[in-house]
Amino acid sequence: MSDKMTEKMEVKGLNFYYGTKQALKDINLAVQEGEITALIGPSGCGKTTFLRCLNRMHDLYPGNRYEGEILLEGKNILRKGIDLIKLRSRIGMVFQKPTPFPMSISDNIAFGLKLKGIRNRGEIEGRVETALKDSALFDEVKDRLNTPALSLSGGQQQRLCIARAVAVEPDVILMDEPCSALDPVATVKIEDLMSELKSNYTVVIVTHNMQQAARVSEYTGFFMLGEVMEFDRTKRIFTNPKNKMTEDYITGRFG
Amino acid sequence: MNLHYLRRKLVNYVALGISLLSAVFGIVFLCWILKDVLVLGLPALNTSFFTELPAPPGMEGGGVANAIVGTIMITVIATVVGVPAGILAGTYLSEFGRKSRVASAVRFLSDILVSAPSIVVGIFVYALLVGPMGGFSLLAGSLALAIIMLPVVIRTSEEMLKLVPDSTREAALALGAPQWRVTVQVVYRGALRGMVTGVMLAVARVSGETAPLLFTSFNNTFWNFSLTEPTASLTVTIFNYAMAPYEEWHSIAWGAALLITAMLLVVTLLARFFARGRSTG
Ligand SMILES: Nc1ncnc2c1ncn2[C@@H]1O[C@H](COP(=O)(O)OP(=O)(O)OP(=O)(O)O)[C@@H](O)[C@H]1O
Ligand SMILES: [Mg+2]
Repeated sequence: MSDKMTEKMEVKGLNFYYGTKQALKDINLAVQEGEITALIGPSGCGKTTFLRCLNRMHDLYPGNRYEGEILLEGKNILRKGIDLIKLRSRIGMVFQKPTPFPMSISDNIAFGLKLKGIRNRGEIEGRVETALKDSALFDEVKDRLNTPALSLSGGQQQRLCIARAVAVEPDVILMDEPCSALDPVATVKIEDLMSELKSNYTVVIVTHNMQQAARVSEYTGFFMLGEVMEFDRTKRIFTNPKNKMTEDYITGRFG
Repeated sequence: MNLHYLRRKLVNYVALGISLLSAVFGIVFLCWILKDVLVLGLPALNTSFFTELPAPPGMEGGGVANAIVGTIMITVIATVVGVPAGILAGTYLSEFGRKSRVASAVRFLSDILVSAPSIVVGIFVYALLVGPMGGFSLLAGSLALAIIMLPVVIRTSEEMLKLVPDSTREAALALGAPQWRVTVQVVYRGALRGMVTGVMLAVARVSGETAPLLFTSFNNTFWNFSLTEPTASLTVTIFNYAMAPYEEWHSIAWGAALLITAMLLVVTLLARFFARGRSTG
């Protein structure tokens, strides 16, 4: 079975430093195309840090340093001179906290569409609607698409951010605990969306919710103290983990 | 324990009383000024006040039409020069330079410039423009006001831009937006309300300046629409007329004071109205 898989991203010997502080140690894992990869682990273990390496978000701040390789379709995205704008348009991201832009709901999504060069009003409107429907937000906001996004509730804002990231159709979508502010109904909808996205996209999701990881993902990585303790098929991680610590963590006997 | 509670209550009342008194103290003076300006200024406001040129000394009648237009011209030109420069500098400080040496130098200098007495700026422009150009001019007056406005606009726009959270910038960049688009289309939108208010307040502040204009645009008893000629302004007119020995002129000075107060009020109200109307929509 594994031979018909293709590796969308491959991380080899990745070390990451916030200044002099090493936050990731020798990370090796592969993200399979068209699958959902879940990252789990205790708070502060480096999941967000790792995710932000994948679209080189850390470059925004001075002093951050990467070592090793991250291959996107075989090409190292840590190489010098890479076009970060293009990279980030291929690798979308949903942040841990909602990050709506200070503009209307529909403009939030249109912003990304315009970046892609879509100018046609009709097409933009159509895509905004589709994206909002996909992220289970449309019914709640259809009458007020032109009101400020900041007036939405936290959970609604997060779904808007998901819609915004999905609307631009990146190759890979990184999601940092996208459901932590959502109620169970919206969570189910987002999980459905992820499963749907799977056919066209590659998804990497950080979650603290073991059930969620087990439900939606094909592969799971267990992080601890900046290292990957175990990376394997989700089924295997949850039924027969090799590492004792993984087992302790997923069964809640941690610490 | 009861005593303790009583003591806290007492301290609370005393603190409250003092702060209330201070507030009342400030407001009393404000109202007093407004009352005097209104009572003494209103009688001067007639048609000739708005439409006629100043009358020669000792003569009845006359108005300050040229000074009204002059103040507007000087302020508008100052705004056109000072505001874009200030906003761009503020943008540099908040979005591009942040921790660079240049940025901290600019911050330091503009902090000094904010507290520089406006008369110093007047003398500076006098030496820079009035001397070489061979005379007082509208341009020199506008430049002086633009320089006074600059540090205020720089620092307020920087502060307002910084209020937009970094996570918003990150989110826009994560969509593959180039930096300039993030700044212009996302960050500016978030900071618009504060920036407009800041700019309007800076405009209001400089349009009430007198000292720097004395050395630069000076005064003119006639109309002037040339950049290189001396130009009348309301504030300098108030200064001259209030010092003159004629009753008639004192009244006109009060009228001009009322007018400029009203103009500032309008600018401030406009700032609020505009900011509210297009906050984050
Ligand atoms: N900007 C930063 N500078 C220095 N250290 C940082 C920075 N951001 C995070 N860290 C540190 O790096 C480590 C990993 O943090 P990270 O945010 O990646 O954890 P996480 O796994 O996402 O945790 P959580 O589940 O709570 O979100 C932590 O020890 C954290 O204190
Ligand atoms: Mg995190």
